[in-house]
Amino acid sequence: MVLPLAKYFSDDQCKLLTDFKADLDESLYARQVAPVIRFFFYRLLFQAVPTLLVLTLLSFMLVRLAPGSPFASEKELSAQTLENLNRAYGLDQPVPVQYVRYLGGVLQGDLGPSLTKPGYSVRELIASALPVSLELGLLALLYALVVGLSLGVLAAIRPNGWGDHFAMSLALLGICIPGFVLGPLLALAFGLKLEWLPVMGWDSPADRILPVISLGSIYAAYIARLARGGMLEELSKDYIRTARAKGLSETRVILGHALRGGIQPVISLLGPAAAGLLTGAFVVEVIFNIPGMGRVIVPAAQNRDQFLVLGCVLLFGGLMVLFNTLVDVVLAWLNPRIRLHKESA
Amino acid sequence: MKNRNLRSYSLGADAWRRLLRNRAAVSGLVLLILMVLACVAGPWFSAYTFEEMDLFSANEAPSAKHWFGTDELGRDLMTRTLVGGRISFAVALAATLVSLLIGVTYGGVSGYVGGRLDTLMMRIVDVLYALPFTLLVILLITVFERNLMLLFIAIGAVEWLTMARIVRGQVMGLRHQEFIEACQVLGYSQARILFRHLLPNVLGTVIIYVTLTIPSVMLLEAFLSFLGLGVQPPMSSWGSLIEDGRGAMEDFPWLMIFPGLALFVTLLALNFLGDGLRDALDPRRGGES
Repeated sequence: MVLPLAKYFSDDQCKLLTDFKADLDESLYARQVAPVIRFFFYRLLFQAVPTLLVLTLLSFMLVRLAPGSPFASEKELSAQTLENLNRAYGLDQPVPVQYVRYLGGVLQGDLGPSLTKPGYSVRELIASALPVSLELGLLALLYALVVGLSLGVLAAIRPNGWGDHFAMSLALLGICIPGFVLGPLLALAFGLKLEWLPVMGWDSPADRILPVISLGSIYAAYIARLARGGMLEELSKDYIRTARAKGLSETRVILGHALRGGIQPVISLLGPAAAGLLTGAFVVEVIFNIPGMGRVIVPAAQNRDQFLVLGCVLLFGGLMVLFNTLVDVVLAWLNPRIRLHKESA
Repeated sequence: MKNRNLRSYSLGADAWRRLLRNRAAVSGLVLLILMVLACVAGPWFSAYTFEEMDLFSANEAPSAKHWFGTDELGRDLMTRTLVGGRISFAVALAATLVSLLIGVTYGGVSGYVGGRLDTLMMRIVDVLYALPFTLLVILLITVFERNLMLLFIAIGAVEWLTMARIVRGQVMGLRHQEFIEACQVLGYSQARILFRHLLPNVLGTVIIYVTLTIPSVMLLEAFLSFLGLGVQPPMSSWGSLIEDGRGAMEDFPWLMIFPGLALFVTLLALNFLGDGLRDALDPRRGGES
């Protein structure tokens, strides 16, 4: 912002004032931006990295220490074949060596071979399916945020009014109808009976509508409830009364002031919600025949393809940790008390 | 001491009275009891069993003979839905108990002992919190033979984290109060103080959270069964019935609608009851809304 200083002050005074403003800006940076950046690295180092290590260790041990060979299938294999297979996949080594090797591979982006789809690596199978799932998940998240926040704020404006009852009834319905019930119902109604929307595939934009609604609705409902609670609490605070007393329009009070505090519970939900969306996408992908991660991991789990499932677990773990870290940083930025508390802890 | 007892008693009675005044909560409770009764006792009175096939009456629409219709093998859908409900409720009960056992003990110890142990225990929870648990359950199912018991334990073992955090917070708030000091003066053992005196006082909060855990456990079971990773045929569960019905829903929509409805009604009842309990047991929130 350029201040019209020259109109009111002498040159010297102007310089003094602009210097003061620069100081202020700098301290603003030091107070507001720098701690958030520090907090981000702190989170990364003390939360994200240990979590990922625990995840790899836990899941790898689970797979390797489980009874039975990963090759045990309907056909009986001779001892010699089994031994050769074990050697080919490096499973004849001691488990800690296997773990270190696997971890080394993971760091280089190598998740090992698929056991049930010979010739394909886990990485290839995931790489072809992941973009579709990510797109589905992000669209559903966007839908959930837009619908959920609108309903929640609408409900909080007039508690116990008709808008509140309408929004909260809708949210209750959303919470009680999981995606694998909503999806088939939507497909039946809008796809097969009314024939308005396609129910198969992932090519045209219209293909996205029903899957995104099926996946995102339950989270829209959670968000609406949380947003309503958060907004109600925020709107009862003193500074809101001040804002109203100085004559701000209700729109500005709600969107300009209360929203920042009111959406904090919603943002806290985003971490778990992202995880839920990614796994919830499995059923939606099965229902609408979408070539995403669900079509990789479900057959893999059914056919006990350990490396493939392990790779998916690690991938989703990594995504979740990344997302949780981002959410924490956003929260720390919105609410300075959090970062102070966490840093001193 | 006497005073405190009196007050906590009246608080409990008060909560119960407030719950009974809440029409939505009471209807939720009644609905839930009916649902459980139907699922547990219903199959005994049914003229059919859940695996009895009758290919001459396959895919029949709901009628007086088959209230929910029949599936493509002529099995009675109502019996299958009720038997599936047994699985859902059994999983919900068992997994919630497992999560209760681990979560309350863990949170109680962490909150009561405090200090370094508390920090360590909560760091562990923080780390575990960030793991993709649905996928770890899928991984468990992948590496072990699929069986129901494993499913119960696996789901319960992943649902205890929030419980532990909540109990810890509550215990920390209580442990410096006079009645705990009195126990210490009386020379009770730490375990006795924790399990006999602290944890009963946390019960209200725990109950509220249990009503949140049960639906999420049921959803997880249905989700896994829907993907074919939960109960195995010919056994039925709501998730697997919905998945079976989905394939034929254009011609025989009841195959999907009835199991879906059962799940919906149960979740709705649990939600009503949970909201009611929260308002009844937590006067601060109750006064607000």
